[in-house]
Amino acid sequence: MSVQANQSISYVSGNIALVEGAIKAGCRFYAGYPITPSTEIAEAFARRMPQIGGIFIQMEDEIGSIAAVLGASWTGAKSMTATSGPGFSLMMEHVGLAVMLETPCVIVDVQRGGPSTGLPTLPAQSDVMQAKWGSHGSYEIIAISPNSPNEAFLHSIKAFNLSEQYRVPVIILMDESVAHMYEKVRIPRDDEITVMNRRIPLDKEHYLPFKPDENLVPPMAIAGMGFRFHVTGLTHDERGYPAATREAQDKFVKRLADKIRKNAEKVWEVEQFCIDDAEVAVVSFGITSRSSLRAIRMAREEGIKAGLIRLVTIWPFPDKIMRDVAKKVKGFVVAEMNYGQIFYEVERCSNGKQVILAENLGGEASTADEILGKIREAK
Amino acid sequence: MLEQEYDAFLGKYFRIERFPHIWCPGCGLGTATQALIRAIDKSGIDPNTIMIVSGIGCTGRAAGYLNFDSFHVLHGRAIPFAVGLKLANPKLNVIVFSGDGDLFAIGGNHFIHAARRNNDILVICVNNFNYGMTGGQLGPTSPLDSSTTTSPYGNIEPSFNLPWLAASSGATYVARWTVLHMRQLINTILEALQRKGFRFIEILAPCPVNFGRRNDLPEGIDELKMYQKYSTVVNFADPRIAEIKWESEIIVGKFVDAEKPTYEERMTNLIEKVKGGRSG
Repeated sequence: MSVQANQSISYVSGNIALVEGAIKAGCRFYAGYPITPSTEIAEAFARRMPQIGGIFIQMEDEIGSIAAVLGASWTGAKSMTATSGPGFSLMMEHVGLAVMLETPCVIVDVQRGGPSTGLPTLPAQSDVMQAKWGSHGSYEIIAISPNSPNEAFLHSIKAFNLSEQYRVPVIILMDESVAHMYEKVRIPRDDEITVMNRRIPLDKEHYLPFKPDENLVPPMAIAGMGFRFHVTGLTHDERGYPAATREAQDKFVKRLADKIRKNAEKVWEVEQFCIDDAEVAVVSFGITSRSSLRAIRMAREEGIKAGLIRLVTIWPFPDKIMRDVAKKVKGFVVAEMNYGQIFYEVERCSNGKQVILAENLGGEASTADEILGKIREAK
Repeated sequence: MLEQEYDAFLGKYFRIERFPHIWCPGCGLGTATQALIRAIDKSGIDPNTIMIVSGIGCTGRAAGYLNFDSFHVLHGRAIPFAVGLKLANPKLNVIVFSGDGDLFAIGGNHFIHAARRNNDILVICVNNFNYGMTGGQLGPTSPLDSSTTTSPYGNIEPSFNLPWLAASSGATYVARWTVLHMRQLINTILEALQRKGFRFIEILAPCPVNFGRRNDLPEGIDELKMYQKYSTVVNFADPRIAEIKWESEIIVGKFVDAEKPTYEERMTNLIEKVKGGRSG
């Protein structure tokens, strides 16, 4: 092992770590529009992309940004954009298009206080439901929530891998605190990193652009290679041609959701701390999961058997895990920086057990003390 | 062309298994798409490198009928999607083929910025003066005083002069024809395919079912006669005089044919400077 490999430790912010992770994952196309608190991601790509022969373009708005990302993805390029709440709202129609065209892409939403312009420079976790339901129609996406700069690096790779594997937009739901937090980031050696790529069809003559494999994911043609494929945001059949019938809608839209639903247990990632003997389970994610970890330790010092379920992937929601925990605990505390979003998902899986919301509307990260207060209530 | 040859020609460039198409009798879109494929055929460009990107609307359906890699994307967003395609693979020949409402109302911002950057794409706008697919509403190119379902007492909004908008935003090639000018239109598309940079062609096309019948042009042929009566061919006319008004001259021809470095060329140079070549 070279000396340099041992020294691959950096002290960087979450936003910068995320960019370096994306580059490791093979991202070579970034289109974006400046918005606080995600702007450093665009700035870092503007600096880094020309160095590695990739493309950075600053578009006229967030709608143009995500449209360009989807266009680039069809050339086979791993593509991404980053934004915050207001820009994420503008991107919503294209989230639906990405789902419908099964176009791999990564969208980073560095969450700030909302609604509207809200708290541009301050943290929140209030776009959780928007990430899942923001575009019209019934569909599923994948969302991941890093809680440190080191994870921002790793999750960037994970997001691309999932996106390529399932041909679905993957949303990195970061919060301002993690985005602007400086911490130690260990850059893994290349041989420690797994990079996954979309499956490309081999048979041009019999290629059906939307005929799925056994995982319900179709292989994806690359533009310009002679497949002569057609893609449309209209409901379509396996040839990619519009099909405006109830049967076609049922078959196609179900598959789009089922390719995530039926593979959910392969996708979701949850960390559990002290859950085995816990009477109170705290559910949290992102920056709030760090305060929650401290809160359960403080609770245990007081003799309260508290544990933590930390959602690494938020969508698909790990309902099975939550239901298993619900059998064992007396109650849940959901700590999130909004007025109740994941709260309702936990309640859905709580098997009648008490669920208390440790809410925080955004502005500053939740403290361990305030979460501890809710743990005491739940005991 | 013999009938058999003609069928083979159509079969090469159209997804004929999708016919009959959805366009109405008297619509100009059949002629406009014919002009496009004839120009592509003449150009000798490898059809596998041709990308058709369309937005939403009657013209937007062209992507579904043309036998190239084709993308029927969101309303108003064909241009930024095309920008991404071209930038990520500069070997592609990217053509945006969409309507006036799609490109200039909801998509207007993307148009001016792609023109400003000189993104290397060809944008063809089929202008039928209204939103046809939704049943004939007012659009940004509906002439002043025209009658539509959302301007039942006459349009009080001045319309966009598209050649001037394109030229002033930085387009390197700007032309306008009507579907009556088939030969000139084919030659213009062919010429535009051989140029680089942000190229714009406006094609006036009748929409008798939704626009014409509310404006004393009840049949497709009536609007063609209107084109014949009012259009004047002027090459390199000042695009400022190209506004379309009722019962007055319609300037057709080429307005701009200039050479400027494209965004993609500047990008390649930037990467050369910083790194020494593009990846892949």
